[in-house]
Amino acid sequence: MTAIAQTESGVPSSTDARPILDCRGLEKSYGDRRAVAGVGFEIAAGETYGLLGPNGAGKTTTISMVCGLLSRDAGEVVVNGKPLTPSSTDAKTAIGYVPQDLAIYPDLTAKENLTFFGRLYGMARVDIRQRSKEILEITGLADRADERTDEFSGGMKRRLNIGIALLHRPSLLVLDEPTVGVDPQSRNAILGNVEALSGAGMAVLYTTHYMEEAERLCDRVGIIDEGEIKAEGTRRELVAILGEHDHVSLDATGDLTGAARALASLETIAEATHRESGIDLILANASRHLPQILETVAQADAEVTSVNVVEPDLEAVFLKLTGKALRD
Amino acid sequence: MKNAFIIASKDLMRSVRDRSAIVTAIVAPFALAFILSTVLGGEDGSSLNVTFATVDQDGGPVSTVLIDEILPSLEQEGAELVDAGSVEGARRMAEDGDIAAAFVLPEGLSEAVQSNEPAEITVIADPEAEIGGQIARGVAEGFAAELNAARLSIGTVIASGAADPSEIQGLQQEASDVPMPTRLVKSSAGGRQFDSNTFFAAGIAVFFLFFTVQLGAVSLLQERKEGTLARLLAAPVSRATIVSAKAIYSFVLGALSMTILIVASTFLMGAQWGDPLGVAVVVLSAVFAAMGLQSLVATLASTDEQAAGYGAIVGVTLGLLGGTFFPIAQGPGLISRLSFVSPHRWIMRSLGELSGGAGTLADVLPSVAVLLLFGAITGAVALYRSRSLVAAS
Ligand SMILES: Nc1ncnc2c1ncn2[C@@H]1O[C@H](COP(=O)(O)OP(=O)(O)O)[C@@H](O)[C@H]1O
Ligand SMILES: [Mg+2]
Repeated sequence: MTAIAQTESGVPSSTDARPILDCRGLEKSYGDRRAVAGVGFEIAAGETYGLLGPNGAGKTTTISMVCGLLSRDAGEVVVNGKPLTPSSTDAKTAIGYVPQDLAIYPDLTAKENLTFFGRLYGMARVDIRQRSKEILEITGLADRADERTDEFSGGMKRRLNIGIALLHRPSLLVLDEPTVGVDPQSRNAILGNVEALSGAGMAVLYTTHYMEEAERLCDRVGIIDEGEIKAEGTRRELVAILGEHDHVSLDATGDLTGAARALASLETIAEATHRESGIDLILANASRHLPQILETVAQADAEVTSVNVVEPDLEAVFLKLTGKALRD
Repeated sequence: MKNAFIIASKDLMRSVRDRSAIVTAIVAPFALAFILSTVLGGEDGSSLNVTFATVDQDGGPVSTVLIDEILPSLEQEGAELVDAGSVEGARRMAEDGDIAAAFVLPEGLSEAVQSNEPAEITVIADPEAEIGGQIARGVAEGFAAELNAARLSIGTVIASGAADPSEIQGLQQEASDVPMPTRLVKSSAGGRQFDSNTFFAAGIAVFFLFFTVQLGAVSLLQERKEGTLARLLAAPVSRATIVSAKAIYSFVLGALSMTILIVASTFLMGAQWGDPLGVAVVVLSAVFAAMGLQSLVATLASTDEQAAGYGAIVGVTLGLLGGTFFPIAQGPGLISRLSFVSPHRWIMRSLGELSGGAGTLADVLPSVAVLLLFGAITGAVALYRSRSLVAAS
């Protein structure tokens, strides 16, 4: 972790005494592969915490341990002051979990799906009926409540998938990349819902590999890669990691791999990585080094078609911290 | 435990809606038992429901014994006997399907038998009536053996126009390879007597039971594939509860399907299952044994389709070996001994002992004990192996 992150962590950003979620030292290996290597964070009521990292970073594995559906090799999870153990029901009841993949029964109706999970969470029948109605309203599924979910569109399934997690009024909502493969309209609706829930005081743990989502939703973000949180803080704190550095985005054609490698070897450039149609650079005093950059690219058999100096963002922070692009 | 029932009743509701479980558990086995018993058994449980013809060119003591003393016993079984008059007539009747088979007793048969000269009784069979032809041939062979006439051979002619002799021989060979359910069933040893309808109903119910009880383990794998297992694990529900729920689901489906088949076959097919208490105990221990085995098989699979496939292979193999379709368990020594590895064999054995009211609960307790032990061992291994199945979601 960076110095900034270290000074911030351990100090809950809200003034509430106890965080809703407190997890620390989480570790999980699959065989020889360390999927999560010592992850920890806290989330307070009303706070949205984002885990931002590329595919394979360890987000789902972390979340699975937080929600108690995967046994952990090491570490602790405390929800609402109650430790989460394999047999604990109190801690689990306080969590609403939205799996990355859809988790609804296709041959049951929306209402039946809600009722089943409501009963598993020990809700009374009257309460289930009442609360299902609310959830179906919120998710915009009220007029399709009695239809089998295999007749739903992708977006509707996604919304029900989230609705089921909210049914039992959890104090912590955990969402694992809920917008992957969702049309823009449903995506907006989902982000809006999360904002509203957080506004109503719910603690939210949100994983994503979309920088924009993390920036829009999250009060604090943990940047995760290779099973470790590389830095943590508010957007401003994280961007400060870049210091005097600029994020330069080149659109280019030709041998981008070679060009990026050549650029990375330059002393003036902190990080260089290529994407499909260009190269991203992190460096100080970008404007002064521009001629050198263009020359290096040209020598590497590539051609720059445009140069953008991007306002510092989490993507640049990720690049600076890991030397990798968040997305390829 | 309450949660286990909530999950199990959800699974039952899904299977009612899905229908395929209902087909596996109830519709298919009943339809098959009904068809088999109609084709092979007849309406009242023991009647043969076929017609045989005789052509008596001999007119001597040998043909008289066959026609007046042996064949009338077929009549008691429900078969009809007619005189075909001539070989030509018999052939035509067989071709037209009016008779299943005809016995042709050639001129000079009695004389030949008495002087130990070579002679032949010919059976003309309707190619469509395989079983009827088999019975006729069996009767003729039994008759020849009884006469102790070493030189009396039995020829079979399939009445299908001008077939060439080698073809007939081939058919004959094939035909004699087909086991004869009715006869074999009736020759079953000691008190273990199934009438044919009860045998078919029991065999098929037991055969399908091993498919039905798979559904719990298969649905667990299905939940993993559909992602809902993650949600169950995140809910305040222990892993043991989830596994118990699937076990309850399998058990209820298995017991329900057996019960429905037993009741339906009793009323619609005239099956006689025997002592209700004994049958209930056998059924419950059979469901238990089948569940243990098929859950264990499912833990070898990584997807629900694979589990269903493996389960089917095991179900068919052990079902055939254990004598649910043909009582091959009473066949040659090796197979008979081998068949005891199959739980089907133990289930069929105890149901056979009870059928027709011959045996009581006490008679089947040893077999029940074997089934319970079998279920406990396979089930324990399956439970042990399922820990990783539930954990590695
Ligand atoms: N069941 C599993 N068996 C083996 N390796 C796994 C399993 N689940 C995840 N991994 C590995 O662990 C790492 C982290 O995966 P995951 O937590 O799913 O990442 P993310 O959700 O950030 O994409 C990846 O390298 C992945 O390949
Ligand atoms: Mg993931």
